[in-house]
Amino acid sequence: MRFPGHAAAQTFHFQKVGNWQWVLNHIGYFWSLSRTHLYLALVSVVLGLALSLPIGVLAARRPRAYPAVLAVSTFLYSLPSLAVFALLLDITGLTDNTVIVALAVYAGTILVRSVTDGLRSVPEEVRLSATAMGYRPWRRLVGVELPTALPVIVAGLRVATVASISLVTVAALIGNGGLGQLFIAGENSDFITEVLCGVVLVVFWAIVCDGAILAGGWALTPWTRKQR
Amino acid sequence: MTAAANGTSFDHFYSYLTGHLGGGSGVIDRLLQHIGYSIEALAIGALIAVPLGLWSGHTGRGATVLSLLSNASRALPTLGLLTIFAILIGVGLNAAIIPLVFIAIPSILVNSYVAIAGVDRSLVDAAKGMGLTPWQVVRSVELPVGLPIIVLGFRTAAIQVVSTATIAAYVGLGGLGRFIIDGYASRNYAEIGAGAVTVALFAIAVEALFLLGQRLLVSPGVRRAGI
Repeated sequence: MRFPGHAAAQTFHFQKVGNWQWVLNHIGYFWSLSRTHLYLALVSVVLGLALSLPIGVLAARRPRAYPAVLAVSTFLYSLPSLAVFALLLDITGLTDNTVIVALAVYAGTILVRSVTDGLRSVPEEVRLSATAMGYRPWRRLVGVELPTALPVIVAGLRVATVASISLVTVAALIGNGGLGQLFIAGENSDFITEVLCGVVLVVFWAIVCDGAILAGGWALTPWTRKQR
Repeated sequence: MTAAANGTSFDHFYSYLTGHLGGGSGVIDRLLQHIGYSIEALAIGALIAVPLGLWSGHTGRGATVLSLLSNASRALPTLGLLTIFAILIGVGLNAAIIPLVFIAIPSILVNSYVAIAGVDRSLVDAAKGMGLTPWQVVRSVELPVGLPIIVLGFRTAAIQVVSTATIAAYVGLGGLGRFIIDGYASRNYAEIGAGAVTVALFAIAVEALFLLGQRLLVSPGVRRAGI
């Protein structure tokens, strides 16, 4: 129990702010939480991408489907994450799947827009040239249009990944939230070092994954770089 | 083990909802609280972010800081922010409202900047050529032209604030998140379901309201020209 304004209680947690010994003693614990965390976040993003590719292709091909896809993704994205986790409790139970399904939907709403916008940004000349070279629609999509749209898709992938890594923590309120566990434990024992470790680790992994996707995108699109 | 196997499934959320509509800490009461916190956080956030964004966009200063801020705000876990404030200030209204304001600021600030900085230079030059003062340029040219993007910033901020206010029930805030947090604590799935459905519908209503507001607020000339 906490006593705001109580002098002894105040000095108590300020002493604990820089508890480095505690941090060093829990490196192994941080690592195992990080692994669960990244597993939940990254599997969700991959699922979200798999979900959004066919929908994005459809929305880019059929101008009539575009507003409908946009509206559905806008409204799904607006749903509070805690509500979605809670609603899925009843369907998937209290498992990692609850978290993964919800996060995949969020990642999907971000990605479906980048896939669609990316494909729509492919210049008509490029499409026509590919057709003139004998590309069939399916091979043209995989071999020409998707690679051309890649920078836009990668940009969406970065946003979706960073958002997923941050959102996993919310799941700690109703189940397995990876590093979010540190927030709950820290709040319960009024131990701010633990919460700060969680925040720093979440931001750290977000930056690492963001950088990795950025590098991957750079390696996959050599034509976007200036020739010297 | 699923909730349904417990015999405490969401099936009863509707009866929970109708049974707990009125009265103190009923659904309506919690909804009004949720609206209140969201408006408060957005209003304080806007008072800080809009002038700063307009100034930054008008003068072109601080672009790097803003882009860093928008990236950092996406990675920062809101639950962590809420718990830090709860531990520092103590569980309660302030501990939850301050992080909500922090969450409202980035999208409003960045979008206000982008909206003003992105206004066609020739429009601004024409306005200056007509003898408009810097303030008049902001008020009658940059602001109306940039308005769709500014409203979009508010929409994003509103959605994030509504979502985070739900989570803030964990650190003692009222609002609709209470049903999810309290329901989970007592494994009352009807209560969780009632809270989750209500807050989801509320978020959709907020989104719809902003889409409508965008149509009403944006000048018809700007909408048609698509500048």
